[in-house]
Amino acid sequence: MLGILRQKVGGATGLSSQGLGNHMLRLRPVTSALRNYSSATKEMTVRDALNSALDEEMAADPNVFVMGEEVGEYQGAYKITKGLLDKYGPERVVDTPITEAGFAGIGVGAAYHGLRPVIEFMTFNFSMQAIDHIINSAAKSNYMSAGKINVPIVFRGPNGPAAGVGAQHSQCYGGWYGSVPGLKVLVPYSSEDARGLLKSAIRDPDPVVFLENELLYGESFPVSAEVLDSSFCLPIGKAKIEREGKDVTITAFSKMVGYALKAAEILEKEGINAEVINLRSIRPLDRATINASVRKTNRLVTVEEGFPQHGIGAEICASVVEDSFGYLDAPVERIAGADVPTPYAANLERMAFPQIEDIVRAAKRVCYRSAPISATAS
Amino acid sequence: MALTRRISGLLPPVSTASSSSSFLHRRAFSTDDTTTITVETSVPFTSHNCEPPSRSIDTTPKELMKFFTDMALMRRMEIAADSLYKSKLIRGFCHLYDGQEAVSIGMEAAITKKDCIITAYRDHCLFLGRGGTLLESFAELMGRQAGCSNGKGGSMHFYKKDACFFGGHGIVGAQVPLGCGLAFAQKYRKEDHVTFAMYGDGAANQGQLFEALNMAALWDLPAILVCENNHYGMGTAEWRAAKSPAYYKRGDYVPGLKVDGMDAFAVKQACKFAKEHVLKNGPIILEMDTYRYHGHSMSDPGSTYRTRDEISGVRQERDPIERIRKLILAHDLATEKELKDIEKQARKEVDEAIAQAKESPMPDEPELFTNVYRKGYGVESFGTDRKEVRAALP
Repeated sequence: MLGILRQKVGGATGLSSQGLGNHMLRLRPVTSALRNYSSATKEMTVRDALNSALDEEMAADPNVFVMGEEVGEYQGAYKITKGLLDKYGPERVVDTPITEAGFAGIGVGAAYHGLRPVIEFMTFNFSMQAIDHIINSAAKSNYMSAGKINVPIVFRGPNGPAAGVGAQHSQCYGGWYGSVPGLKVLVPYSSEDARGLLKSAIRDPDPVVFLENELLYGESFPVSAEVLDSSFCLPIGKAKIEREGKDVTITAFSKMVGYALKAAEILEKEGINAEVINLRSIRPLDRATINASVRKTNRLVTVEEGFPQHGIGAEICASVVEDSFGYLDAPVERIAGADVPTPYAANLERMAFPQIEDIVRAAKRVCYRSAPISATAS
Repeated sequence: MALTRRISGLLPPVSTASSSSSFLHRRAFSTDDTTTITVETSVPFTSHNCEPPSRSIDTTPKELMKFFTDMALMRRMEIAADSLYKSKLIRGFCHLYDGQEAVSIGMEAAITKKDCIITAYRDHCLFLGRGGTLLESFAELMGRQAGCSNGKGGSMHFYKKDACFFGGHGIVGAQVPLGCGLAFAQKYRKEDHVTFAMYGDGAANQGQLFEALNMAALWDLPAILVCENNHYGMGTAEWRAAKSPAYYKRGDYVPGLKVDGMDAFAVKQACKFAKEHVLKNGPIILEMDTYRYHGHSMSDPGSTYRTRDEISGVRQERDPIERIRKLILAHDLATEKELKDIEKQARKEVDEAIAQAKESPMPDEPELFTNVYRKGYGVESFGTDRKEVRAALP
């Protein structure tokens, strides 16, 4: 096959700089010892990134308001909306009863009338109570009305597993919402992602499902002055190459980006140079970036926390098979959540969600390196 | 581009105006809007947690004539839609409103086009009442470009945003929280306008309705929930679906009014009362006691769960158009022949609109991919065979 001629093996190249319209930052969790950016760069948690984005967008546009459970007086169940009630008042930071179908519908109705609601679901598990409004009342309206009724609403909140919260509180909804035409589905990883994508989402004239991650809220990432500027927005529908590589492409989103980056470091030591793509957007899916990467590396591992059947990896695999079949040197590998409701016991829960070693193993498998490296190439 | 036509309150008497899409076209029997005629509603209002309004209502000859003309047009439109459906020019679902016209007409007489209306799928006449045209209506039903949703919505998805008509919704009950959201926006913007969120006796049991009503009451939203109780939720009579079919009382702490929905003046009075009420006190429920002559939809003969005697009984005793006809004749505002001529004219307008709608083409094929997003960023979308058909979303 074509790709074989281009395959390289081994050769530690270390991390390369980002390129091509992506920001010139390597994003690492605060625990990393390596920092090679200018001393003027700040660090910011994802929580503060979301909070500042909401604050700035509410200041800029009086039509933006926040609605959800505990967003006001409680300062936010996860403190994402902290301080907003004091600043903007109860008319713009609206505490609701525990009635998702009702307040999601009210949010969509307000958006019909031209306001720009940001509806918070305490977790996206509860969005299932309101899913009819997200899909039938919001996503489809612009189409059914031939463009006359657009719905500039954002539905945001934590998505996917936390830690030990059990089966009803751990599902990832990326696959479900990602399949609906008329919706935009965003999945930030870093603080830069959180700020830029949330600001874009609020400014966007269409309904956006904004899937955050509870465990990332407390993580710090470096943010440049550009990211901190109140006009900073990230384009919707564009993935980011977090780490360039030559041997295998690893796609991931949200918390799994961090895992994929760690997996890439481990793989590096074993002579596999992985390219990590942070999807940032599930719908629109950046097929161009993914396919370009696979055409370069010829191997693909997709990573997600959600259920495997009909998931994000399935769609990415289909896309690559359709558009870049000739470039694949190995079948696509999928790492996903286990095909079971989430168990509570810590050991079982660990088995239910991807771990770094799963990503490493799949990357090696796709490089035909299940055994430790000996001597030279394959 | 769908035709829109603003409706002004006063049209000069004209006989040569184009009839194809003029909703307010009417013959000049009486433009008298200074003489006061006092009418009484058929029955007094029954109230829950509030003082009912008076059953004496002032009107003018002009308004009486307008009620008759407009309802005659609505009736004719729905009957014509029945024929079009049977000849397969209308596909899918078609839920007809004939019998219920007084609710739309009475409501419009009490409110402005800045007050919002949202309803479910029995929306053709409400669209007309908001100023939509016959052409937009028939063309949409037949899936043509001249339709109000350019043919992409169909019977259940009529909208008219410039007249604050927000549809047109297929999911039973969903429109009620949406309507409370419209009211939320009106209050947020400190407008002096209100929202009428309409639903049927079937939808009255929906949980989301109570969720929305709770929030509307908590936040004093200017939301008027209008239950169009035609006594049947598809094939299920109200007593089989609701433990308490006193829908005007179902709001508990929210006041309610029961209204004869076949009496346009009762409807008008109730809506006027409700509008004043909600701007000061938060939500109210209006239960319109009404009736649909057709079945639930064109797939339903409407006679398996109710008797033909019941249907013809209502038609004889309570028909909304007949009620107005009697009032007009009683007050000598027009002769029987003149009223028949109005109905003939309505028929003519409807026929012309249908002919025009038939001329309108189906949407061009690229329209499959338009309006998925308001802002598509040129993102790629796919047809059934993605190697054959791809499009960039504008």
